[in-house]
Amino acid sequence: MLFRSVDDRMITKMLPKTFKAMEQWNGNDLPEEPVYKGLYEDLTLLKKNKTYGKIIARLNYEKSGFSSLIKKTVRKINKLEEGNYKEQFIKIHKRWGQSEYLVALKNTAPNWSYAKYLKGVDLKFDQDRNIIQQDEDRRIYKTLWLRTVNVAFWVTIFCFILAYPISHLLATLPMKYSNLLMICVLLPFWTSLLVRTSSWMVLLQQQGPVNDLIVWLGLAADDNRPELMYNVVGTFVAMTQILLPFMVLPLYSVMKTISPSLMRAGKSLGGTPLISFVKIYFPLTIPGIGAGCLLVFILAIGYYITPALVGGASGALISNNIAYHMKSSLDWAFASALGTMLLIGVLAIYWVYNKLVGIDNIKLG
Amino acid sequence: MALPSHTSLNYRIWHYTYLTFCGLVFFFLIAPLFVILPLSFNAEQYIHFSAKMLALDPDGFSLRWYEDMIYGTKNPWGLATKNSLIIALFATIGSTILGTVAALGLSSRHMPYKAAFMALLISPMIVPLIISGTAIFFFMAKVGLAATHTGIILSHIILGTPFVVITVTATLSGFDHSVTRAAASLGSNPVNTFMKITLPLIMPGVISGALFAFVTSFDEVVVVLFLAGLENTTIPIQMWVGLREQLSPTIMAVATCLIVMSTLILVSAELLRRRSERLRGINQ
Repeated sequence: MLFRSVDDRMITKMLPKTFKAMEQWNGNDLPEEPVYKGLYEDLTLLKKNKTYGKIIARLNYEKSGFSSLIKKTVRKINKLEEGNYKEQFIKIHKRWGQSEYLVALKNTAPNWSYAKYLKGVDLKFDQDRNIIQQDEDRRIYKTLWLRTVNVAFWVTIFCFILAYPISHLLATLPMKYSNLLMICVLLPFWTSLLVRTSSWMVLLQQQGPVNDLIVWLGLAADDNRPELMYNVVGTFVAMTQILLPFMVLPLYSVMKTISPSLMRAGKSLGGTPLISFVKIYFPLTIPGIGAGCLLVFILAIGYYITPALVGGASGALISNNIAYHMKSSLDWAFASALGTMLLIGVLAIYWVYNKLVGIDNIKLG
Repeated sequence: MALPSHTSLNYRIWHYTYLTFCGLVFFFLIAPLFVILPLSFNAEQYIHFSAKMLALDPDGFSLRWYEDMIYGTKNPWGLATKNSLIIALFATIGSTILGTVAALGLSSRHMPYKAAFMALLISPMIVPLIISGTAIFFFMAKVGLAATHTGIILSHIILGTPFVVITVTATLSGFDHSVTRAAASLGSNPVNTFMKITLPLIMPGVISGALFAFVTSFDEVVVVLFLAGLENTTIPIQMWVGLREQLSPTIMAVATCLIVMSTLILVSAELLRRRSERLRGINQ
């Protein structure tokens, strides 16, 4: 995958003679005859194999306008006569006489390119290989990264707020009750992710129970039901519920080891419940908090299924974009670049997790 | 949790707020699952509680969506179930064997770079599935295993192994190594010792790891989404496709079956955990 993300040899492979001829060219004025002759030979071959579609996509990404240029040239290439290709090419399409198109073509020559990584953070190369900001209306990846981190962060916070009290309850209740309540945590944990997501789709739909409740409580009019699904709200709620067990289990296993006599000792020494909690109980649970938060954050940042089904367009995260480039736009190199960036982020957190918690301490169930 | 009579009013209020909050969180955790159950018995075609259902009128309920699930032709649930079971079974066997062996190796005291190996073995669990999916797809396409059962099974083995490693390592932490030495001193060879002594003792960990691996494979969407062709469709893939189109009651019926299955798995996992704790209690 790493290899894919920087691999940019396609054009060079498909237009070998052109690039051979281009080595002689200084890149300022229009190139000489050999370049056009190379182009003629390469394109004729591509037309015979019917594979020129690939280079159109790649070249059009480098500079828009290449699509019609190549198509028109390929259509008329059989009519060309031997010799003086330069003039004939310019006659087919005047863009062959404009040096910026040929410069763009030359720029695709290097075999390895980190252009895809730049695209992933809204930067790009300009004609002279300087790194510049993407045009205003095309800057979407920064927003996407920020949203992903933002969602992961808040889901972690919500999970923590919800999980802390119930883990405490589970750890302090007598075994008989806590085992029963533990099922409430473990059953969602064991249930298929898609089942849980589909139940949230049922709950959050426009005519669903949650909306019914909101209308019944008078918080919204019946004909003006709030959109709970296909936006960030849906992603938040569903992800919090789905990842909650991953927070409860590490917290619970830490709290279980804290002796209740410590709190009693705190009280007997004159501390109010609040002070004993802040000074004694809370610091002791910090390993559990660290483990749970990091685990939930790591899982949330790469989440795919739930945002894809519940999130809609405004709730889509970076992983949805990776999947889009893998399955729909087929820009595998870009998907790999985004994936590599995400992977580096996750591995960094994983490293911290390993240092703080120790990987041996992961507990399941 | 009745409070002693001497507690102050403030504390009482705080205590009951705390209990209510906990109750709400438990409700939040479990309620979504129970929404699906009644809806799968809906007689109507829409996913909402019809008036007849709310009135508990028998006419409002039917098994037609279960019929549709089993005999319906629109979604190949039969093929999906078969594929899911085959893939999950082989993936479970593979990851259980690999995971157990890895955990045994890692628990040995002479193992160099223990932490690094552990981190590497656990990483498939941590790396986002979308990334594993992408990478596995490129790899499988290169070796010609894309859109085959073998390819999917191999990738599920990768994904399931960390769970087995973790559970078996946990059981091994209470394992008394002197019993294997005792077996060796009585003339048993290592293989015999493993089969007769070690394996029975770590069995609860192995089985609960296997359960995790099974569920992981059975529930896995992303990798299969990238790898599978039409022939290799699985239950999660069918659900995914169905959910993207529209919510149909048939999906609710499938979901109900899956919830029943996960309840069974939960019960067996819980029983195993207790047994394992009991066994480890004896060892200490």
